[in-house]
Amino acid sequence: MKDDVKIRIRNLTKVFYQKGESITALDNVTLDILDGEFVCLVGPSGCGKTTLLRILADLEQPSAGTYEIAREKEDRPLQSMVFQERGVIPWLTVRDNVAFGLEMRKLPKKVVKERTDYYLAKTGLMAFADRFPKELSGGMKQRVGIARAFANDPEILLMDEPFAALDEQNKFILQEELLQIWAETRKTVLFITHSIDEALLLSDRILLMSAQPGRISEEIRVAAPRPRMMEAIRADPDVAEQFVRVLKHLQDEVQRSRG
Amino acid sequence: MALDHNPVAVERAEWKKRQMKERMKQLLTVSSPIFMLLLWEILSRTAVLDPRFFPPPTAILETFWNLAASGELLTHIGVSLYRIFGGFLLGVIPGVIIGLLMGLYSPIRHFVQPIVMAIMPIPTLALLPIIIILFGIGDFSKIVTIAGSVFFPVVINTAAGVMNIDPIHMDLAKNYGADSKDYFLKIAFPGALPVMLEGIQMGQAIALLTIVAAEMMGSVSGIGFLIWTSYKAFLLQEMYVGLILISFFGYLFSLLLRGLQRKILRWR
Repeated sequence: MKDDVKIRIRNLTKVFYQKGESITALDNVTLDILDGEFVCLVGPSGCGKTTLLRILADLEQPSAGTYEIAREKEDRPLQSMVFQERGVIPWLTVRDNVAFGLEMRKLPKKVVKERTDYYLAKTGLMAFADRFPKELSGGMKQRVGIARAFANDPEILLMDEPFAALDEQNKFILQEELLQIWAETRKTVLFITHSIDEALLLSDRILLMSAQPGRISEEIRVAAPRPRMMEAIRADPDVAEQFVRVLKHLQDEVQRSRG
Repeated sequence: MALDHNPVAVERAEWKKRQMKERMKQLLTVSSPIFMLLLWEILSRTAVLDPRFFPPPTAILETFWNLAASGELLTHIGVSLYRIFGGFLLGVIPGVIIGLLMGLYSPIRHFVQPIVMAIMPIPTLALLPIIIILFGIGDFSKIVTIAGSVFFPVVINTAAGVMNIDPIHMDLAKNYGADSKDYFLKIAFPGALPVMLEGIQMGQAIALLTIVAAEMMGSVSGIGFLIWTSYKAFLLQEMYVGLILISFFGYLFSLLLRGLQRKILRWR
């Protein structure tokens, strides 16, 4: 990991205003994410983590503040998002879904095919390349989303709870697969999750968010060595301690929002 | 009770039972129209139903052959089909285009929607006199009448189809840098297709309902004309030939469109 800052967020604020009422979804968030870092955003529902991700994904405009994604290569897209399961387009075949970003960028056919093939093979989707998503299981659909984002070769990857809808076993498998693919490219990742286990397995750093106003209230470094496996992470006493810390934070947050 | 049953054999017997049930259902579907015709035939022959108003199907079939043999029927069918297809296309094409524009651009939707909603309840047939004044009594006035009826379900369903696309697909298109042409071709159009095709299916049914009425007024040929003149001359067998033809073509077009729908929407 190089120590260059990849994502620089300064005083980012987002207010949603409707009929005289305003909700501060993000309050003055300042944050640096380093090049090659895997960062998970964890927080209770409605804490603004999705808003932060959507602003970085250019799907939402900040009310105030700035952010900057460092560009390494001129012809690369700044960011690509792995959406939730519904993000797989049902009327495109698996291949066309994976190639979507490359096609939109009008890259030469040969390049599109090469990169699509590479990530189809990497995610075990080659046999399903010409099928429609309806024939795929939830886990397979999510592999399509991951392959699409990696094939696009962006500067950074944004992931919006990509495994939330999967069952426990599939989740473990996909998390480890994601880590393997990620290890090859070492792209900077910002990943939203509700699952503490998931955050501890995947991230270098966990950012805990609190709700209303949405702030980053704490950060936890996960020092466990890579490559990581679920068994090792579960057995690591440091990680166990961190699990409790995150859990406490989330419980306090939920209590606070009730009181 | 025998306990030494082979589990596979038990399940095979169950499976056979299910197959039987499926075949039963198919048989019911096929036999229901035959049953109705048979019942009609018997009731008419035994004069329980007045055969002057409800001539037996075999008599209608005979009239059908006679009309077909004289070549008269073919002319009527040809003229009506031409008007139906013409009117259908003239209604569907602008319906799809305007519907897509309404779905894609909200200012257009807000401007056009009230106009569509206000004109929709007026039966095109009520405008027939004006249509005849404007377009004469030839084919074109029938085509316009049908187009006017077909247009509405198509335009409404097309707009609804675009607006029902999951917002996540729009986010995805934006996030992956789709320009407006790609957005239209890869997201909006294919995403709107299922609901749009439902509207086209509805439009097809309405086209057939309209043709008969449109040809009753200011017309000298077509299936509707055949029905109307036969009725006025109390040639009820001829009238029934016309009615059955409409029913036949309606069913046929429905099947064709369903087939097309299945083919286009393989991804569903």
